[in-house]
Amino acid sequence: MKFDPNSSLLFVLAGAIIVFVIAQSLFFLIRAYRRGKALGIDTAQMRKTMISTAVFTIAPAVSILLGVITLSKFLGLPLPWLRLSVIGAITYELPAATSTANALGISLSETVTDPSVYTAIAWVMTLGIFPGLIWVPLFIKKIQGGLMKIKNKDGKWGDLLMTAMFLGMISAFLGMVFADIRSGLKGWIPIFVLLFSSFLMGICGILIKKYNMKWLENYALPISMLGAMVFAAVITPMIGG
Amino acid sequence: MKKRSYEEMTHIYGRIWILCALGMIFAYPIITCIYYGAWPGWKPVLQGLLGVAPIFWTVGLIEVLTFVPMLGTASSYLAFVTGNLTNLKVPAALTAMENAKVKPGSEEGEVISTIAVATSSIVTTVIIALGVALLVPLTPILNNPAVKPAFDNILPSLFGGLAVVYVSKNWKISVAPLVFMVVLFLLVPSLSGSVGVLVPVGALIAIGSARILYKKGML
Repeated sequence: MKFDPNSSLLFVLAGAIIVFVIAQSLFFLIRAYRRGKALGIDTAQMRKTMISTAVFTIAPAVSILLGVITLSKFLGLPLPWLRLSVIGAITYELPAATSTANALGISLSETVTDPSVYTAIAWVMTLGIFPGLIWVPLFIKKIQGGLMKIKNKDGKWGDLLMTAMFLGMISAFLGMVFADIRSGLKGWIPIFVLLFSSFLMGICGILIKKYNMKWLENYALPISMLGAMVFAAVITPMIGG
Repeated sequence: MKKRSYEEMTHIYGRIWILCALGMIFAYPIITCIYYGAWPGWKPVLQGLLGVAPIFWTVGLIEVLTFVPMLGTASSYLAFVTGNLTNLKVPAALTAMENAKVKPGSEEGEVISTIAVATSSIVTTVIIALGVALLVPLTPILNNPAVKPAFDNILPSLFGGLAVVYVSKNWKISVAPLVFMVVLFLLVPSLSGSVGVLVPVGALIAIGSARILYKKGML
């Protein structure tokens, strides 16, 4: 049978899995909403959470879509569509595809026409990432049990521990921004963008606190992020990146 | 029969969904192989895996250890299936909890975090699906060189804003991991490809410095 990485069978397969994941998200969304009501959380607050998260998600989702387009030149649409909608991220899938292509001695510049190359890549992507799905059910109770112990022993330290973990993550990404500064002024672009995003967030903070613009709280992050992205698009041609 | 708590039920539902997801994810390569009669053989798969699995499996384990405490139960079962954790789900969940003034790990935090992760997953999936459906008219816009720098800089755009919120509130804890990371990336710029491995390193440094400051009564 002639192989086509954009065949309707592959679209149907990918689509079915994606529908399953939407169903899972809806299931937990509805369940959490009901639970929130039972706990007496303001439904307006829960709705606000949904709207602001949706707004915040748009830009990263479009950037994920760009990843799908990048990979689709080589792998057709269904596989990248599936991998980046479910479980994966471009940071996993691109190296997985590259590593397999290197092992097979083929280039990543043309669309795959050999079904066994295609399935080899699909297997590496799947096997490369599936342990995450096993670790969660295996370790979640232990992790949470350990955390509860720490919190029961010393509540303040428990909170600090969580904050420290997140700050560690932010630090890694902030540090990464400095990786290219040796390549001259254009290597500074990410730093300027970072500072501009921080600046916008600072302004939002002032507006919220000093001028009591409470509604802004839920949109401060998407505003700083989108503002900084526009800023990047403006300064990059000026600097010549 | 004893009535199970909400928390216990979350674990049961979470396990069912995650195991089904696991089956679905494996179905793609299996069905493709059967349909096209094209099993790749062990060699290319093992060779390909060798290049990525040692890092992916370690990072996967580290992500579970780092993100489960922040996300909570239902969100963890969901977020690890839908992916894109560091660049989307974790910041979405934490920002939502911050805005709703609830703490990660509390019952209210669990609800808000789950709502955020579920909403973010649905919106992402829908946007990508629309993008795939409209790929032909969209590609020239998305590949426009004027737009490219905006998306090249999405991580600094996201983390710049987040940093202000969290670093300003906890600047004492932030100093040590921040200085370490900036110096590290200045010395070894090539590490930017493996930032996932450095997240737990940053977390450990932050926890260590927080512990010292806390013991000295400075927090």
